[in-house]
Amino acid sequence: MTESFSMLAILPELVLIGSALALLMGAAYVGDRATMAISWLSVVALAAAGASLACPGVLAGSVMGGLFRADAFGAYAKVLIFVAAAASILIAPRFFNRGGQNGLGARAEYPILILLACVGMSIMVSAGDFLTLYVGLELNSLAAYVLASFMRQDERSAEAGLKYFVLGALASGILLYGISLLYGFAGSTGFDGVSAAVADGLDKGELFGLVFVLAGLSFKMSAVPFHMWTPDVYEGAPTPVTAFFASAPKVAALGLTVRVAIEALGPAGLAWQQVIIFIALASILLGAVAAIGQTNIKRLLAYSSINNVGFALIGLAAGTQEGVAAVLSYLAIYIVMTVGTFMCVLQMRDQAGNPVESIASLSGLSQTRPGLAAAFAIFMFSLAGIPPLFGFWAKFLVFDAAVAAGFTALAAIGIAASVIGAFYYLKIIKTIYFDQPAEAYEARSGRVEYALMSVTAAIIVVGYFFNPLLDRASAAAAASLF
Amino acid sequence: MIGLVHYLIVSATLFMLGVLGIFINRKNIIIILMSIELILLSVNINLVAFSAFLGDLVGQVFSMFVLTVAAGEAAIGLAILVIYFRARGTIAVDDVNRMKG
Repeated sequence: MTESFSMLAILPELVLIGSALALLMGAAYVGDRATMAISWLSVVALAAAGASLACPGVLAGSVMGGLFRADAFGAYAKVLIFVAAAASILIAPRFFNRGGQNGLGARAEYPILILLACVGMSIMVSAGDFLTLYVGLELNSLAAYVLASFMRQDERSAEAGLKYFVLGALASGILLYGISLLYGFAGSTGFDGVSAAVADGLDKGELFGLVFVLAGLSFKMSAVPFHMWTPDVYEGAPTPVTAFFASAPKVAALGLTVRVAIEALGPAGLAWQQVIIFIALASILLGAVAAIGQTNIKRLLAYSSINNVGFALIGLAAGTQEGVAAVLSYLAIYIVMTVGTFMCVLQMRDQAGNPVESIASLSGLSQTRPGLAAAFAIFMFSLAGIPPLFGFWAKFLVFDAAVAAGFTALAAIGIAASVIGAFYYLKIIKTIYFDQPAEAYEARSGRVEYALMSVTAAIIVVGYFFNPLLDRASAAAAASLF
Repeated sequence: MIGLVHYLIVSATLFMLGVLGIFINRKNIIIILMSIELILLSVNINLVAFSAFLGDLVGQVFSMFVLTVAAGEAAIGLAILVIYFRARGTIAVDDVNRMKG
């Protein structure tokens, strides 16, 4: 394999890095006047990076001495990541321009930071070695810390950034410690090497390494027991950033975890399956129960995202190819639901144009903004997993995979917890449709937000038409891991 | 004779000190940043010790990457700390409580 051939395999990353640096230069010369242009150019860059995945020779398999895997699994995750990132870039300028007294207006750094985070995420999902994994993870995290504290004059945003940074750095430390133990006891940092070393039984050092690595990764997925940063960061970060955190990095972290579990620790399945089952069940239960008492919509969505990560991990716990395909389908549907939900949240502004986040302010929304209320209802029903909406199909796939792999009890507990979780989604719908109207939201709304909201709502309603496509793509992606 | 186990014990001790420094410390966020550095350096001791023990260079290369990323992380951490201080006027750990629940 020649070197130029290997470079072609990282074409999407090269496109992103090149355009991020070029746009950064542009932003430095022109200043914040260029924010809109840079935002749209960033979306074009993401589209180009996504399109470059279709070039012949890009999906070259394992390249650069096994450090990087350009396979169907990575390509699938990258497409999801780029779509979610593009959505969070498009909604930002309007939000930041109307940021109130704590806002600094829309700034050109935002789309560039998202692009840089995307580079990290696409390296994460294509990692073939713990070294690449760590570098990708940090590239993503470092940009994410800055994004969380992006409204730097806002106390809550600064606090969100600080909390995210401290806990994120701790999680990176735990992950690294696990990697160092795996390296020492398995004798290699490559996923192939580790896999070969754990195939002849797991010794104590490797077991410790495995647990530390999964603990570090569960922080990045915001899964219990390392979820405590999620509600605070989601609440404090500006809403477009929260929408970004809830979508793209989730795909990257879950994709990474799936790859580590299957490719690096595959032969030690019995060991990591126990950990994943615990993480999955704990996330589902905590996400469902802790969300009930929330009064802030962004905090509630944070618990909802913890809950959803738990469901996705049930598919991984099954450990089969069908299970991994179910995780991937789940992620695609989850991205659509999350982006749509946050479009609704962005509409929540009082008459003066200031963002409102309390759930009580949604009272009687069906009378003042029937369209928005209907969209909210669609996303909430879908997140609760009520058929015939698309969210049901996502849950069905992971439970189906778990039952097929013999984890009937796991699926049963998951279904019971999803009923508990349905309570708070339905409570929002009840607030919107049956409570006395509160003060109406302002009627203005951005075209981009409306378009994204309508498209995602439509996908959720008629999603089953996409099933053949989704099934084929996720099956092909899952097959590349086995 | 100092063997691999000694290095691992030192590194594990440093790691625990770092983690405890983050959780027990109630005074100052700067101390948290120092604890994070301690954790990363303990990992480096592990990596280099294993690298020497295994006769494999990857561990040392890895520790170079860790050092580089740690520098970037410290820069961003301090930057966030500065904007936090501007917004709140304090960097005491107990005061980081605008959001709860």
